Amino acid sequence: MSDDKQYSILNPTRRQALTMMMLASASGIVMPGLIGKDKAFAATPPEKPTGQLIIGFSQEPTVFNPHLLHIEVDEGIHFSIFDPLFGVDPDGKFFPQLAAEVPTVENGGISADGLTWKVKLRDGVKWHDGKPFTADDVKFTLELLVDENFRSWRRTGHDLVRDLTVVSPTEITWRMEKPFAPYPSILAATFIVPKHGFENEADKNTAAFNNAPVGTGPFKWVERVAGDHITLEANTDYFGDGPYLERVIYKYIPDLTVLYTQFKTGDIDVAGLQWITPDHYEEAKELEGKTVLVVPGSTVESFTFNMERPQFKDPAVRQALYHALDKATIIDALYYGLPAPTESYVPQQSFYFNADLPKHEFDLEKAKKLLDDAGWVPGGDGIRAKDGVRLSFSNSTTAGNHIREQVQQFVQQSFKDIGVEMTISNLPPAVMWGEYWMMSQFDSVVVGLDFLTGADPDTSDYFRSTSINAKGGAGQNNWQYASKEVDDLLTEGGQVFVPDERKKIYLKIQEVVRNDLPFLPMFQYATVRGYKTGVEGVNYNVNTRIDSWNVGSWYRTA
Amino acid sequence: MMRYLMSRLWQSLVLLLLVSMIGFAVLNLAPGGPLSQYALTPGMTQEALDRIARQMGLDRPLPIQYLDWLWHLLQGDWGRSYRDSQPVLGIIGGHLFATLLLMGTSTALSIAIGTWIGIKGATKRYSIFDYTATVGAMVALSIPTFWFGLVAIYVFALKLKWLPAGNMYTIGDGSIGDYAIHLIMPSVVLALVNVAVWSRYMRTATLDVINQDFVRTARAKGLSQRRVLMKHVIGNALLPMITLAGLQLPTILGGALVTETVFTWPGMGRLFLDSLGYNDYPVIMGLLMFSAILVLIGNLCADLLVAFVDPRIRLG
Repeated sequence: MSDDKQYSILNPTRRQALTMMMLASASGIVMPGLIGKDKAFAATPPEKPTGQLIIGFSQEPTVFNPHLLHIEVDEGIHFSIFDPLFGVDPDGKFFPQLAAEVPTVENGGISADGLTWKVKLRDGVKWHDGKPFTADDVKFTLELLVDENFRSWRRTGHDLVRDLTVVSPTEITWRMEKPFAPYPSILAATFIVPKHGFENEADKNTAAFNNAPVGTGPFKWVERVAGDHITLEANTDYFGDGPYLERVIYKYIPDLTVLYTQFKTGDIDVAGLQWITPDHYEEAKELEGKTVLVVPGSTVESFTFNMERPQFKDPAVRQALYHALDKATIIDALYYGLPAPTESYVPQQSFYFNADLPKHEFDLEKAKKLLDDAGWVPGGDGIRAKDGVRLSFSNSTTAGNHIREQVQQFVQQSFKDIGVEMTISNLPPAVMWGEYWMMSQFDSVVVGLDFLTGADPDTSDYFRSTSINAKGGAGQNNWQYASKEVDDLLTEGGQVFVPDERKKIYLKIQEVVRNDLPFLPMFQYATVRGYKTGVEGVNYNVNTRIDSWNVGSWYRTA
Repeated sequence: MMRYLMSRLWQSLVLLLLVSMIGFAVLNLAPGGPLSQYALTPGMTQEALDRIARQMGLDRPLPIQYLDWLWHLLQGDWGRSYRDSQPVLGIIGGHLFATLLLMGTSTALSIAIGTWIGIKGATKRYSIFDYTATVGAMVALSIPTFWFGLVAIYVFALKLKWLPAGNMYTIGDGSIGDYAIHLIMPSVVLALVNVAVWSRYMRTATLDVINQDFVRTARAKGLSQRRVLMKHVIGNALLPMITLAGLQLPTILGGALVTETVFTWPGMGRLFLDSLGYNDYPVIMGLLMFSAILVLIGNLCADLLVAFVDPRIRLG
C-alpha cells in the first residue's frame, strides 16, 4: 500500500483493500469512513446481540441528557441511547431514524419557502421502558430546548419554531418564524427525549432522567460507575439496524499514554475520543491484531487575526503573513505529517467543500515584496511600520499545548525574516477561551475550530458582521470580520433548501473568505484512530463529533 | 478531658469556616469559570453563556454566592456537581471506596514493611542490610511514580501478561479475587515510596530509643536482646509513628493522583483533578471541606491516641 499522507488507510484487511480500490476508482477520494459500507464483502453480523465491546475515552462522559450543556465526549452516550428524527451519514446525506422519511422540499415535508414543516414519524417505535414513542415526545423535545429555565446547550434554530402541532401520534407540523436552511442539520443532531421522563419534575436540569436516560436507540442504559465506566446493553426491540453487541462499555481513561497502553494490552477494544497521540502512530500501525487509521476530522487549525487591530486592517499584511507561513514544515515536522493542508474552513470531505481555491505558496520574497509595495518599510530595528503603526503583535493560544507552542516559535522566526515582530503570550485554557477570545481582546490566536453545524455549511456564527460579541452581537465572529458580500451570501444561503443550489453560494463564500484572509487556514486535523481487528462496522463520520455515532451497527468477528 | 475536647472542637469549627472562605474566594477569583470550557462548542455565543450563568446563579456577587453555599451546607446540603448534577456527598462517597481500597492496602503494606526495615536497620546499624535499605529508600523516593507505574505495566501487563494493565476490576466480573489481582500493581507501586518514608522514620525513632538509659538498664538486667526490643524499644519507638499516621489520614483518603491516573483507578485524586479541570466548584469545595475535616480529625485522634498509649501525657 502506498502511504498516502492525506487519506492513508494503513494495514487494510483484504475486504477493506477491495472496498478501497472500488471507491478510489469511483470517486478519486478515499475516506476510511467508507470502509465496511459494501456488505457484499463484509462478514455478516450475528443473528442476536453477541459479545461486549469496550470503548476507551480520555474524558469522562457525565451529561446524559443530550440537551443539557455538554462536551463532545458525552455525545458518545447520546448516539447509543437516543435517536434523532433523521441522522447524517459520512457523505453528508440525511437518513430517516424516528422520522418515517427525511422531510424535503420535494416530498412536501418542507414548503418551498422553508416556513412550513411536516414530519411523518415512524410507527410502532417503543421507548426502552416499553412506552410508545409519539409526536408528543417530539413536541416536548423541541419545547424543552427553548425552555427559559433549562440549561439548553443549543437554542439556535429551535428558537424559530412556532405553532408546534401534534396532528396524530405519527405526524407533527410546525411553522418557522423565518426560513433557516441549516435547520435540517441541527435536527440531525437533536435527539428526541421522552415526555414522560420529565413528568412531575420541578427542575428539569436535575431530573432523575438525566442520570438514568431512557431512549429509543440501539442500546439501553444499565449503570454508571462514576469516574470509571458506563455500561449499556442491547435494546433487542430496536427499530433500526442492529444492535449486534450484547453490551457496550464506555471506559474513562484519563491519560492518553495510558489509553494507548490499554489499547495495546487489549483492555479496551476501541481507542475512542482524543484517540492515539500522533507520536505513537509509527508504532501503532505495526501493532498486530489492531486496525490503525489516520482519519480526517472536521476541525480546521488557523492563524487568526483580530481584524480591528490597525496592523491587520491592510489586506496586504494578511497576504504577506500567509506567504510567510511554512505550512509544509509545520505539518511534517511538528504534526508527524498527519493533517492535510487546506485553503478552506470547510472539511475536505464535505459536499460543500470548495476544491478550487488558490493554493497557498510559501515564499518569503513574495511576502516582502507585498509589504514593500504596500508601503510597510523597515524601521531602525528592522521591524516594518507604516503611518506610525509598527508591524508588531502578540500571538496567543492555550498554554501547555506543546505542539502549538512550537508552531508559534517557528512562525515567529519566519515572520521575523520579513520584518514582522510577533511576541508569544499564551494563557491557561480557562482564561484563553473566556472573554479574551469571545470578546476579541487578542491580537492574533492559533486555534482549531469546527466551523460547520454538523453537515451544514452555514457559518453565520463565525462570519456574519452581526456575530461579533465585542460589538454587541451574538456569535463567534471573534476575528471581527465584516464583509457586506459575505453577509448577503449568508442570508441568501440560509433561505435555500435545495442542496445543489446552496452549494454554489457556499463555494462563493469560501472564495471570498480565502481572499480576505480574516484567518490563515493552516490545515484540517487528522487523528490516529484504532480498534481491535475483528470489530466490524466502524464507519468514521466527519459530520458527527464522535466515532461511535453508528455503534448500533457494530459487531465483532473476533 | 471534656473541656479539652470542647475547646478543640470549637477551634476546629472556626478553622473550617476560614478554610471554606479562603477556598471559595480563591476558586472564584481564578479567571475562567465553569462555563469557559464550552466557549469553543460549535454555535456557542457569549449571550448563551451569560444566560446559563444566570440560570446557575453564577452572576450573583461572590459574598452572596458564598453565604448561599454555606447556608445550604449547614442544612446538610453540599450542593450538586455542575457536570452530572449529582449530589456532592454522593460523588465523594462513590470515589471513597476505590481510594480506601487502594490506599488502605498500600498503607498497610508500607507500614508493615517500612517498620520492619526501620527496626532491623536501626538494630544492625551500618550492616549491609542497613546500607542497602538506605540506598533503596533514596532510589525509591527519587523514582517518579508515573514512570515506575508505566514500567511496571510494560513488564507485568504487556510483556509477561501476569497482571492486568489497570482498572479496579474487570467490568462484569468484580469478584474478590478479581479485585485482588487488580490491586497488586497499583498498591505495590504506591507502597514503594511509602515504605521508604516509613522505614526512614522508624529507623530514626528506634535509634533514638535504643540510646536511652532505660534500654541500657534493661540490657544490664540481663534481658535478652529480643525481649529488650519487643518490650522496651519498639513500643516507645512507635509513639511518634502514631502521630505520623494521624497526619497521614487525609493523604490516605485524599487519594493518589498519579497512581490513580496510571492505573485508571476511579479514586479521590482523579475526582479532585477532574473537578478542578472543569471548574466544578461545588465538588471542589466539597472535597476541600472533606479533607479539612479529615486533617482536623486526624490530628485530634492522633493526640488522643498518644495520650492513651503514653500515660506521661495528660490533656486538659
